[in-house]
Amino acid sequence: MGDSHPDDLAAVRDLLPRVDPAGDITSDVRTWLARMCSAAVTALPASGVGVSLMTDTGVLAVAQASDRLAEAVGTLQFTLGEGPCVDAFHGHRPVLVPDLRAVATRWPGYAPAALALGVGAVFSFPLQVGVAHLGALDVHRARPGELSASATGFALAFADVTVEALLDAQGAVSAAADPGGLDGVVDGHYVVYQAQGMTMVDLGVSLVEALVRLRAHAFAVDRPLLDVARDVVEGRLRLEPDTA
Amino acid sequence: MATVAPARLAEVFVEVADTLVDDFDVIEFLQMITTRTSELVEVPAVGLLLDDGRGRLQFMAASDEETRLLELFQIQHNEGPCLDAFTLGTPVVNADLAHAETRWPTFAPRAAASGFRSVHALPLRLRSTVIGALNLFGTDAGSLEPGDVKIVQALADVATIGLLQEKTIRHGEVLTEQLQHALNSRVVIEQAKGALARTHGIGVDAAFELLRSYARTHNRKLVDLARTVVTEPHTLPGLMR
Repeated sequence: MGDSHPDDLAAVRDLLPRVDPAGDITSDVRTWLARMCSAAVTALPASGVGVSLMTDTGVLAVAQASDRLAEAVGTLQFTLGEGPCVDAFHGHRPVLVPDLRAVATRWPGYAPAALALGVGAVFSFPLQVGVAHLGALDVHRARPGELSASATGFALAFADVTVEALLDAQGAVSAAADPGGLDGVVDGHYVVYQAQGMTMVDLGVSLVEALVRLRAHAFAVDRPLLDVARDVVEGRLRLEPDTA
Repeated sequence: MATVAPARLAEVFVEVADTLVDDFDVIEFLQMITTRTSELVEVPAVGLLLDDGRGRLQFMAASDEETRLLELFQIQHNEGPCLDAFTLGTPVVNADLAHAETRWPTFAPRAAASGFRSVHALPLRLRSTVIGALNLFGTDAGSLEPGDVKIVQALADVATIGLLQEKTIRHGEVLTEQLQHALNSRVVIEQAKGALARTHGIGVDAAFELLRSYARTHNRKLVDLARTVVTEPHTLPGLMR
């Protein structure tokens, strides 16, 4: 883990366009997610990659995958109400299963069904920023075996970039946005998270919505998200419900 | 610096063992480690950073959460003693900030401007893997004695053990799951600091103190309380109105 410092986020960003919500946002997001899943299959590599977007209570809202098999494996979890992506979402942590045969008792319905579909290993990563969670990213491989540290870093970066894309689609931030300015959400700057909590209170909205508004504002005024977040935390800016 | 009394050292390790019960609060545990490190070797500020799995170090806990210190941890994304200790897996000891501008052009002047004169960083190791670093800031040029370094490394090792919650992490996947969960817990605390600060019209540093004292008074875990602040504020009428 500490041996090298690849900039996984930059590498993954280079692989993907930003969501352009100029048209129908739902179909744009689906198109983007499908591209992301295919890019992840090649980059990791993996047999299949799927994304499940969930409501706060864990109900499946959108599922998109690299192929039909990956989609079947993903939706299986919602049919059965159990599985790694369900656990990753609710547990706010990755669920990494290098050998699905070894965890039959953990998911008595999901494990045998996924094995029957030809899945040997599954790795699920939450799509989240602190408490705010949107879903999970599932990576599967036909053959059992650990995900290497570098593949894990890539998968985490794909999850991060997916969170950004979903937030921007919701805030109607266009693909023309300066990527350098908006990347701060997942770069781990505490000021952004503090501003998110403040904006939640200011606007009386959810944490997800608060971050959507902050990013949309940064885009609208053409400033880096981190600068906007600093203004909020240091009392120079307060988003208003009508102007945000 | 200080010569640590063996009795005091023993007390700290007993406290650590007491904390490592089932279901402990990871952030509080790491705060305790940083605070005790600061007391034992008499340095004013100690922080702990972890590998985020994407090749960056993220701030997790400190003996003092003042914003000026958080900034010093934050900029070690790119350079600084923690990044060196993390990358090389070896301690950085007694670095003189007045003569470190070449080594850390952004970090060294900022740390010096914050009133610090020396800095140290010890890797958090799990066998051959380095998962983060413990960072110490001194206000004098006085050096950590070899005995002090051993004590600090022992505390860094204890932090690693506590963080991973298992005596033997045999598989890399457990390590990744635990670290990612701990990192996300830190984000939750920052979100709650922001929400509390706005609700009470106070600064984020004061908001953290409020969060911490409420958790103590009501016997709640810090991270659980922070999560409730941002998800179910109406259940905390005394804190969130």
